[in-house]
Amino acid sequence: MPDLGNATALICRECGNTVELGPYYACSECFGPLEVAYDFSGVTRESIEAGPHNIWRYKDLLPVPSNVAEIPNTEPGFTRLVKADQLASALGLQTLWVKDDSGNPTHSFKDRVVGVALAAARELGFKVLACPSTGNLANAVAAAAARAGIRSAVFVPSDLEQQKIITTAVYDGTFVTVDGNYDDVNRLASELAGEQEDWAFVNVNVRPYYAEGSKTLGYEIAEQLGWRLPDQIVVPIASGSQLTKIDKSFQELIKLGLVEDRPYKVFGAQAEGCSPVSAAFKAGHDVVRPVKPDTIAKSLAIGNPADGPYVLDAVRRTGGAVEDVTDTEVVEGIRLLARTEGIFAETAGGVTIGVLKKLVESGRLDPSLETVVINSGEGLKTLDAVAPVAKPSANIAPNIEAFRATGLV
Amino acid sequence: MSVSVRIPTILRTYTGGESEVKAEGGTLREVIADLEKNFVGISDRVLDDAGKLRRFVNVYVGDEDVRFAEGLDTATPAGVQVSIIPAVAGG
Repeated sequence: MPDLGNATALICRECGNTVELGPYYACSECFGPLEVAYDFSGVTRESIEAGPHNIWRYKDLLPVPSNVAEIPNTEPGFTRLVKADQLASALGLQTLWVKDDSGNPTHSFKDRVVGVALAAARELGFKVLACPSTGNLANAVAAAAARAGIRSAVFVPSDLEQQKIITTAVYDGTFVTVDGNYDDVNRLASELAGEQEDWAFVNVNVRPYYAEGSKTLGYEIAEQLGWRLPDQIVVPIASGSQLTKIDKSFQELIKLGLVEDRPYKVFGAQAEGCSPVSAAFKAGHDVVRPVKPDTIAKSLAIGNPADGPYVLDAVRRTGGAVEDVTDTEVVEGIRLLARTEGIFAETAGGVTIGVLKKLVESGRLDPSLETVVINSGEGLKTLDAVAPVAKPSANIAPNIEAFRATGLV
Repeated sequence: MSVSVRIPTILRTYTGGESEVKAEGGTLREVIADLEKNFVGISDRVLDDAGKLRRFVNVYVGDEDVRFAEGLDTATPAGVQVSIIPAVAGG
């Protein structure tokens, strides 16, 4: 039997079919996604606070063995929650926080999900850590496998940002670029997952466990706010998993009595060039029509987001919204966050900041309520997005006269 | 017209463990009906009660996701590769 902590079973989100804990990810009855079920007991604020300063302080709320923190891993999480007063002021908000997940070991929130996937995959007997990726996951898988001393196998679209290619290749695992978009790479990985039985494709055949790692974003936000839920939260949408898991984490904290049960609204953010969930939200649909992505926000460029329907459920249930912004607004969002708070976000962060701005301007986000916005990754990984506009003020000869002549004094 | 169909792990209980099988049919609908003849029960796993593709099933004919084509009416020319895959994604 695998030791997966307090996890008890896998349950189909669509039809409720229950499956034993194992290397399963799709319901054998209806193909619906399987979700980890738990029997939590003895989890208190104190037991969490006594844990390490990384995601393993929440190990009792994750499908991982109790000794998970002692096995070599990248120790992700517990990133900064930055009080963003200047950004708040620029946008006309009273209280705003930025959850800055660029501070993770490979500089995106993906270290969280990979940490959980690696621990579960080990328990389930897999030998290789693999994934299809838009880049951030590629970095996280390659690094986590290197740290754990196992083989990695990573597949990405060949037109990925150069930074994300290098920051994967450096870990020296098996790394394949594929001539196609992310959805093509994902399809390839799904087919490979059916052939390579000891390969854990973290976001495919280990997905129920992997996805649970995103709950730690929600746990941390609540703990860092002093065991309190924010009123409003703005989350980027790629597959939609991060958003649904943050919502799940808030619900769990309420059920466990760790935070006060109060209403909160979840907002989703997409780039216009890949906005199938936003389009479905605006049209009032409960299914998501796949699109062919075309945006600089490549980490969010999933045209066929599997968790899209559940995003729509969570957003509508909580009274939030899904909005999208143009690539120009994405770049403006990156610059605004950098200028006001000294945080350099990747394009996905530009998407959430751009959407935050749009939601305030259109009155759908209440400026008087406490708001958290997620920055899921690091600007150094998407330099091309801002290179045309992020330039020195001047270039001068090394003397004072030359500097004075620029008018910058 | 004979096509080759790639079977996902969770449906291999119907195909005796085979990961790839042959089927006949000029459209995806006909191919699934033909699969059902040889592997009884498989159609109900792929199609819902209304006879539509279940929402967490992705089917590809060649390189094309059939949701971008004609869905169940997508033509399946002889020799084409059909692939049935659980819909999961997340980069």
